[in-house]
Amino acid sequence: MAHSAPPLDPAAHAGYEDHPPRMGFFTDTSVCIGCKACEVACKEWNHVPEDGLNLLGMSYDNTGGLGASTWRHVAFIEQIKRPGDAPGPGHEPGPGHGHGHPDDSGASVLTESALGEFSADGSRWLMASNVCKHCTESACLDVCPTGALMRTEFGTVVVQEDVCNGCGYCVSACPFGVIERREGDGRAWKCTLCYDRIGDGLEPACAKACPTQSIQFGPVDELRDRAQLRVDALHEAGETGARLYLEDPDDGISGGGAFFLLLDEPEVYGLPPDPVDTTRDLPRMWRHVATAAGALVVGGLAAALSGRRGS
Amino acid sequence: MSRPQDPGSTGPRSTGPAGTGNGNEPGLAARVRERWGVHGRGQHERDRAEARSVDLHDGVRERAGRSGGGRPSGGRHGGARNAGGEQFVVPRARPDSYYGKPIIKEPVWGSPDVPGYLFLGGLAGASAVLAGFAQATGNHRQARVSKVAAVGAVGLSGVALVADLGRPERFLNMLRVFKPTSPMSVGSWLLSGFGGAAVASAACAVTGRLPRAGAAATAGAAVLGPGVCTYTAALICDTAVPAWHEGHREMPYVFAGSAASAAGGLGMLATPGHAGLATRFAALGAVTELTAKRRMMDRLGETGEPYRTGRPAKLLNVAEVLTVAGAAAALLGGGPVLGGGAPGGRRRVMNTLCGAALLTASALTRFGIFEAGRVSARDPKYIVRPQRERLAAKAAGSVTDPPGS
Repeated sequence: MAHSAPPLDPAAHAGYEDHPPRMGFFTDTSVCIGCKACEVACKEWNHVPEDGLNLLGMSYDNTGGLGASTWRHVAFIEQIKRPGDAPGPGHEPGPGHGHGHPDDSGASVLTESALGEFSADGSRWLMASNVCKHCTESACLDVCPTGALMRTEFGTVVVQEDVCNGCGYCVSACPFGVIERREGDGRAWKCTLCYDRIGDGLEPACAKACPTQSIQFGPVDELRDRAQLRVDALHEAGETGARLYLEDPDDGISGGGAFFLLLDEPEVYGLPPDPVDTTRDLPRMWRHVATAAGALVVGGLAAALSGRRGS
Repeated sequence: MSRPQDPGSTGPRSTGPAGTGNGNEPGLAARVRERWGVHGRGQHERDRAEARSVDLHDGVRERAGRSGGGRPSGGRHGGARNAGGEQFVVPRARPDSYYGKPIIKEPVWGSPDVPGYLFLGGLAGASAVLAGFAQATGNHRQARVSKVAAVGAVGLSGVALVADLGRPERFLNMLRVFKPTSPMSVGSWLLSGFGGAAVASAACAVTGRLPRAGAAATAGAAVLGPGVCTYTAALICDTAVPAWHEGHREMPYVFAGSAASAAGGLGMLATPGHAGLATRFAALGAVTELTAKRRMMDRLGETGEPYRTGRPAKLLNVAEVLTVAGAAAALLGGGPVLGGGAPGGRRRVMNTLCGAALLTASALTRFGIFEAGRVSARDPKYIVRPQRERLAAKAAGSVTDPPGS
């Protein structure tokens, strides 16, 4: 698919003529403190059922990952630099260390450098709050056979629970493993970006509850600018591993409505490094399906004709 | 929580079967260690050094004897314990995954419902095609058998599909919309139309009434049938499941061939005395399926590993043997190619056996492909490695095909 210069406007693409700006999340994991307030606030506000109080043996992660009943998930990654390790991404003292305020938009209360830098003993503890990406090109929405998944006027992707019949197609289509069918309920569930709150001018529950402004909510355009300022500031401060994930409107999903600042490779956080909208290949698939169907008819014809000639 | 089971897993702690851990270590810590294989990979010396020097948080570490180092990953064996030493219960994060957890969700589609449907849908669609050509060539016995087969298979398909829904009572919601972006939506409409035509066609054939309407319905089913056979390839390939998605070039041909082989096989089984058309149809299907499947395996490389290992490989290998044997024996013994072949009685037996073999092979193929998809969804390496390669190729500035082309 060719990408034009202006980013795709998913709400307009879905047929909204007069619609509010696209809203989304910028999750700056460099200031996440792993408090899980987002997980709790999400569950409280959205009445998401409890889905297991488990000791998973995965650092402080007791929820494991996003799913039908976990719409915000905080990942905990303990890393230890060993002598002889390749100098991977991480904090390296840079010339700009200690300089300047990364942005003046009130983005974060923790500004100078990332919490995820390696300490003197060579260890660091990464934390990141994951969420549905509300993709610009959203495979779950495309494959939904009932129309239960829909694009809102804010450009977000929402499941209508009164329509979903639990076919499970979206579950396999999502390149991030976000949406899931809930046991005992049978329907697919995921983050709504608090559709009921943002429609009333409130911010989503997770962003509201985040004490460090690691989760920032706002118009996607503005968040992209803010994210760029932040990553530049971190680079200047020597945090060379900082990178933005899914903010690029030219990536495989044409950018996420929710995007992230990460301090290591995406796969370290359980995210695919180069996700592509599952349905991008669908036109090609349909062509092969049609050709194969034609071949089946030709096969039947050949079988019938060869019999005639033989008899 | 499902864990990758195959030996090549990226999972940092792919564990052995339950109960194979060290039974001498009681308590949570031991269970956690066993489950997560904390100090596999023969790096325990370095692990221990880190455990001494790093103090991230005390809650997740313990003081305990550790079982023998230097063993293969997985914590399977209760080796000798070393002297006490502080260590992490939490495994060190591997650079290429989050605790080895899957990146995408494993398909929630159940077995045998959905692989069974892939088989039955193919059988129904191709049987309708076979019925159409049988009717056109005046082979009414074959036509009737195939029409009934199509109805039976499509009926069972519908049951399997509705049963697999999370909310079966809402199955009609499938027909709220028509979405070409959703193979399942397209398939729902296709199946609805096909089901109606197949029922009408079979009803007329069995009762002998309304022959013209019956012929029209037969033609209608034969036109929609091929789509019913092949759209299921788009259905499973239009997912983020690597082994399915990356196979989308060949999968429709695999499915078309497998469907023809099944429908022909059923025809041979049901009309062993008049199975010429069915045999040729099945043989063409078998050749198509085997060729396309081979091409798919060759092209997929590491992404195709789930097809070549474990349970899926067993299913697919048995299917391949049955397909080759069934098709070859039918052609040689049944005689449509060599003109005559075995005499009447033996030919019937041969056709029955070959038909059953082909039918079974088609079902096993669908189950094998389905299982392979599940395996590939479970292990993050099937997602991370190809995407990393793609990024590396992009970074190198080389001109590459668009992803998944």
